[in-house]
Amino acid sequence: MELKNIFKFNGGVHPNENKSLSSSLPIARLPIPKTLVLPLRQHVGHVAKLKVKVGDQVLKGQIIAEADGNISAAIHAPTSGTILKISEEIIPHPSGLPDFCVTIESDLKDKWIEKKPIAWKKLDSAALIEAISSSGIVGLGGAVFPSHMKLKVNQNQSIETLVINAAECEPFITCDDMFMRETADEIIQGTLIAQTILQAKQCVIGIEDNKIEAYQALKKAAQKTSIEIKIVPTLYPSGDAKRLIYLLMGIEVPKEKRSVDLGIQVFNVATVAAIYRYLELGEPSISRIVTITGNVQNPQNYEALFGTPLSELIEAAGGKLNKTQKFIMGGPMMGFDLPSINVPVTKAMNCVIESSPELFPSPKPVMPCIRCARCADACPVNLQPQELYWFSKSSQLEKAKDYNLFDCIECGCCTYVCPSNIPLVQFYRYAKSEIIAQDKAKEAANTARERNESRLARIEREKKERAEKHAQKALGAQEKNSDDEKKLTIAAAMERVKQTQQENIKN
Amino acid sequence: MITALLVMIFLAVVLGLVLGYSAIKFKVDGDPMVARIDAILPQTQCGQCGYPGCKPYATAIAKGEADINQCPPGGDAGAKALAELMGMEFKPLNQEHGEQKPRAVALIDESTCIGCTLCIQACPVDAILGAAKQMHTIIASECTGCELCLPPCPVDCITMEPVLENSQSWKWKYPVYNIQNVSKA
Ligand code: SF4
Ligand code: SF4
Ligand code: SF4
Ligand code: SF4
Repeated sequence: MELKNIFKFNGGVHPNENKSLSSSLPIARLPIPKTLVLPLRQHVGHVAKLKVKVGDQVLKGQIIAEADGNISAAIHAPTSGTILKISEEIIPHPSGLPDFCVTIESDLKDKWIEKKPIAWKKLDSAALIEAISSSGIVGLGGAVFPSHMKLKVNQNQSIETLVINAAECEPFITCDDMFMRETADEIIQGTLIAQTILQAKQCVIGIEDNKIEAYQALKKAAQKTSIEIKIVPTLYPSGDAKRLIYLLMGIEVPKEKRSVDLGIQVFNVATVAAIYRYLELGEPSISRIVTITGNVQNPQNYEALFGTPLSELIEAAGGKLNKTQKFIMGGPMMGFDLPSINVPVTKAMNCVIESSPELFPSPKPVMPCIRCARCADACPVNLQPQELYWFSKSSQLEKAKDYNLFDCIECGCCTYVCPSNIPLVQFYRYAKSEIIAQDKAKEAANTARERNESRLARIEREKKERAEKHAQKALGAQEKNSDDEKKLTIAAAMERVKQTQQENIKN
Repeated sequence: MITALLVMIFLAVVLGLVLGYSAIKFKVDGDPMVARIDAILPQTQCGQCGYPGCKPYATAIAKGEADINQCPPGGDAGAKALAELMGMEFKPLNQEHGEQKPRAVALIDESTCIGCTLCIQACPVDAILGAAKQMHTIIASECTGCELCLPPCPVDCITMEPVLENSQSWKWKYPVYNIQNVSKA
């Protein structure tokens, strides 16, 4: 295959792919689980607003929580059943902390609510975006940003190019690969819909050269369309949106700008397929493909309903082999350790790797930084990871920010190449969340200051008003007094007049 | 010689006028130092520093009347930031003013509240809602945790509830790892 018109970005690494582990078997479907646990926050933005109560009967595809505001996504019942409880449960999050979840006890009938396909060809973009905002669709590549927001284009912007991200560059993960092989038609249909809504002039799909079968399937499905499918070399992290844009178009998205500012919007393959399913078939987002791989009997991809307990997925994959100590959600480069296997499948869960000492030997002892700058060579964002490390380690957060800490995509390339085995990304994550927390505290302090100042101003104002009232009252009283005096004088004068009159009469 | 002198005098007059004008035109209201100190203080408005609020304490520091380590909610970190700003030596928090406590917000037991409005009068940030003889409640998102509403309550129905970490406020911890033992090598 020849790679033409590809613009290689700086840095990047080539870790062991380990993809063939899970890509030999087709995508399997899981039996419907007995209970499903659905976190109300499975997306970036506001937590979804609950629409059901304990004991309610729900049908498959029924909304159980609706989007709260624009940056939010609805949550639908993945199967029919009864709402068992609404409670805090462990969610797949690095904190291991619980969050609010709806638990559904399934009736195993899997009965659909009446599906309402949308005649999308007849609707304008605004109506379509409105419709998609209750689909529950979020970026399925792992970013989980509400998709309807990405379809919205401001008046003063226009989208030139729609980029479909089919790179899937992280080792071990094959959910997009298998999905493309089996569902290429839906992906192409979804791509065309997204292109129409965005009114994008052109559309490019970027796929890494290690997914030949998927490439061929897409090529075949896209035959009669103007969609271009470009092969990019396998190099981590080509699946990062800004890296992919550079690879495909040679355009660098500047700092603090988003790709839409340059007229480029990026969607993941599974996301556009979900949009197609919602509009054409009336099926909301209730399931996804998850790769179960690593140290399990049969590594494979599964189509799992959201809310399915991870433990059931692992069982379906033949159960864990011995020696498994931990589970990684996401890939080995950017993923995190799951707090437990009793977490549900969520919209963000693309892959779960069972770790084992053979696959992931325990980290080697850390040595001091020798300033070899290998990390800087590997950084695809052209940062200075060794400086960021120094500032994060010594908690000089302002300095770290000045060195563009927030441009770091946490890809882990620097950690991967560091000869001193320094867990660099862990330091960046620490520094970032520390800065975010400090900014929040600052904001809260500013509100408190404002509220305190307006309270003091109010007290001052009331005091003044009261003083004024007092003064007025005092003045009023004085006036009254003088009135009385006048009356008295007048009365006295009248008295005297009367007396003189009487005396005159007498005389 | 004369020309040079004249030029210099002319320049002096013009620049003097410009400076004098800008001193009036661009006058900064209030003491900028007070505002900068106040920006560091946590705005809990609890009065533990011995002043009736953060701004008065900031004013006292700016005048050199108060020490920089009297604010318990700010803790050692706050004292450090103040030391940096003032170019002073860092001093740990003076425990006489109180200890730094984890963040908490006040909660009114609404079934016990008699609606006396005393807590409203005590709250420095107007975070309490209620009317005479009506049940009162606290807007948790606005409560700074100053505890000033606790003592006035005649029926002791206000408690401080710690703010627990959730998946949104959770922070990545400072990394811990093994380091190479070089003395053996
Ligand atoms: S690769 Fe590691 S040792 Fe080399 S400069 Fe970067 S942090 Fe330091
Ligand atoms: S993790 Fe951040 S600093 Fe390290 S290589 Fe990736 S982008 Fe660069
Ligand atoms: S002790 Fe309380 S009132 Fe004083 S500065 Fe600190 S937060 Fe503000
Ligand atoms: S001081 Fe206590 S009883 Fe009075 S209004 Fe406040 S909470 Fe209620």
